[in-house]
Amino acid sequence: MSGQSTYQPSNGFAKWLDARLPVGRLVWDSFVDYPTPRNLNYWYTFGGILSLCLGVQIITGVVLAMHYTPSAAGAFTSVEHIMRDVNYGWLLRYMHSNGASMFFIAVYIHMLRGLYYGSYKAPREVLWLLGCVIYGLMMATAFMGYVLPWGQMSFHGAVVITNLLGAFPIVGDAITTLLWGGFAVDEPTLKRFFSLHYLLPFMIAGVVILHVWALHVVGQNNPTGVEPKSKADTLPFTPYATVKDGFAMSVFLILFAVFIFFMPNALGHPDNYIRADPLVTPAHIVPEWYFLPFYAILRAVPEKLLGVLAMFGSIAVIFALPWLDTSKVKSMRYRPQAKLYFFIFLVVCVILGFCGAKLPDDQVIPGLTTFVLIDSDLNSFVWLSRVATLYYFAYFLVVMPLLGLIEKPLPTPETISSPVLGGEHKD
Amino acid sequence: MAHTAVDATNPAAGDDPSRRDFIHIAAITAAAGGGLAAVWPFVAQMNPAADTLALASVEYDLTKIEPAQQVTINWRGKPLFIRNRTPEQIAAAVKDDGAALRDPQTDAERHKEGKAEWLVLVGSCTHLGCVPTVGGGEYGGWFCPCHGSHYDTSGRIRKGPAPTNLVVPDYAFLSDTKVKIG
Repeated sequence: MSGQSTYQPSNGFAKWLDARLPVGRLVWDSFVDYPTPRNLNYWYTFGGILSLCLGVQIITGVVLAMHYTPSAAGAFTSVEHIMRDVNYGWLLRYMHSNGASMFFIAVYIHMLRGLYYGSYKAPREVLWLLGCVIYGLMMATAFMGYVLPWGQMSFHGAVVITNLLGAFPIVGDAITTLLWGGFAVDEPTLKRFFSLHYLLPFMIAGVVILHVWALHVVGQNNPTGVEPKSKADTLPFTPYATVKDGFAMSVFLILFAVFIFFMPNALGHPDNYIRADPLVTPAHIVPEWYFLPFYAILRAVPEKLLGVLAMFGSIAVIFALPWLDTSKVKSMRYRPQAKLYFFIFLVVCVILGFCGAKLPDDQVIPGLTTFVLIDSDLNSFVWLSRVATLYYFAYFLVVMPLLGLIEKPLPTPETISSPVLGGEHKD
Repeated sequence: MAHTAVDATNPAAGDDPSRRDFIHIAAITAAAGGGLAAVWPFVAQMNPAADTLALASVEYDLTKIEPAQQVTINWRGKPLFIRNRTPEQIAAAVKDDGAALRDPQTDAERHKEGKAEWLVLVGSCTHLGCVPTVGGGEYGGWFCPCHGSHYDTSGRIRKGPAPTNLVVPDYAFLSDTKVKIG
C-alpha cells in the first residue's frame, strides 16, 4: 500500500469501476504487486493457511447450523442426526470439529514463528496485538463450539470453565449467574453460546482485516529480521507468495484430510458421545488439546483465585511481549542464547500440555515415593506443572527483558539480499 | 433569546466558555446516560428469566430414603444431595467440630435442629462445580473426582483445592417426612 499504485485497469468496465470503487486496485496493490521479502520461508505460509481455516470453519459451520437444534433436549440428538441422517453430515461435522484443531495447530505455529523471528517488535506491535485479539476470540469461539453437542464433556467442561469466573471475590456469583442465565449450566446457557458461537467468527474475520491492514502498512518481517532496504530485497506477492502459500495450503489440507477420513475422533474425547447429565460428572475432565497447557497452569496453583489469575495471566503476558523484549536484534537466528531459551520454552509448552491431560495427583515417575510439599507430592504432575508454569512466566517476564540487555548477538546481514545475491547491492 | 445563536461573523460571541461548555457537557451527559440506559436491557436479559426463577423450589418425600442412603435430585439444574446419615456418621461429624477446618462450621449449623440425620446439600463441588461422589475420600463424606477435594460426613471441606464447605441451600421441613428446598 505504500508507494505509487501500478494498477492499470484492463478494460472499460474496470476503468469505470476504478473511478467509483477502486476495489480492483485494492486487490492488485495488496495481493499482486505487494512487495514481500524475498527470503520468506515456509513458516511464513501459516497466515494464508489460517485464513483458509477460518473460511472452512465459517462455511461448514453455517451449513451445520441448518441442521442443528440449540436446545438442551434437542442438541445431542440433532448432532447424531447430522452424523447419521443428513447427507454428508458426518463429513461436514468432522471437517468442522477437526477444522478447529487444525486452526489451532496453524495458529500456534504462526505465533511461535512470530516469537522466533521477533515479528512483534517495532514497528509491528499493533500487528501483534491484533493477532493476540484474534487468538483470544478463537479460544472463546472454540470453547463455546465444544459445548454445543451437549455431551458429557461439553456440559461439564462448560461447568468447570464458567465456575472459574466464580473465583473472583464479591462479583463472582453474579457473573456466573449472568453467564448461565440460571443457577447452573442449562438451556439458556446453551442458547446464548450457540448465538455467540455463530457471531464470533465474523468478528474474527473483522479483526483479520485489521491484522492484514496493519501487516501491509509495516510490511512483513522475514527470517533475518532486517527490514527490506531496496527493490533487490523484495519480490512481488504474485506469483511468488501466492504460489508458495498455495503449495503450503495443499500440504496442510492433506494433513487435514488424514484426520477427517482416517482418525476423525483422535483429537476428541469419547465421553462427549454420552448425552449431558448434570447429575454425574465424568471421572476425568479434560479440555480439548489446544487448551491443555492453560489447564495445567490453572491446576498448578493450589489456591482457586490465584490459579484462575495465573491462567488468564499466561495469556495476558503474550499481549505485553513487544514491551518485554529489550533486544535490538529481531530474529533469533542471530541470538544464540535467545534461541536456546526459545526451544526450552517450546518443550515447556509441550510438557504443560502433557500435564494438563493427566490427573494432577498421578505420579510422574511410577513407584517413586517422595514427600508432600505445598499440598502435593513432589513426584506428581502438579509439581511438574508448577515447575513448567514457573518457566513459562519466567521466559516472558525475566528472560525476555534481561537477555536483550546482556546477550551479545551475532552480526546481522546489512540487507536481506546481500547473503542471497553474494553481497551485490542494487538500488 | 433571539440573539443567543453563535454569530459566525463575531468570533468573540462563540468564545463564551461557561455557556458553550455547559451545552457540551449537558449533551454528552445526556447521550452517555441514554446509551447506558439502552445497554441495560441487553445485559439484564442474560440473568435468569422469570420462568427459570419460578421453577426454583422443589419438594421431596423423605420416606423414600433408607438410613445411610443418599438421593440426588435435580434442583435448579444442579444436583442436590439428600443424605440420611447413620448415628456413626453424625458422631464422626460432631467429633471433628473442633478440628482445624478450612471453612469452620459445627455439624449442628449444617442441619435443622433435631433433624441431625438429614443432611441437605447442593451437590456441586465448591472448587469448579463437579459432582462429588458419596462415601468417597478420606473422611467418608464425599470425594470430588475432578480435582481431588475431600469432604467429611457433614459436607465440610477437609482436603483438596475447594475453598468452602458444600453449600446448604435454604430449605424447610413441611412435615416430618417432607422437605421443601428453595
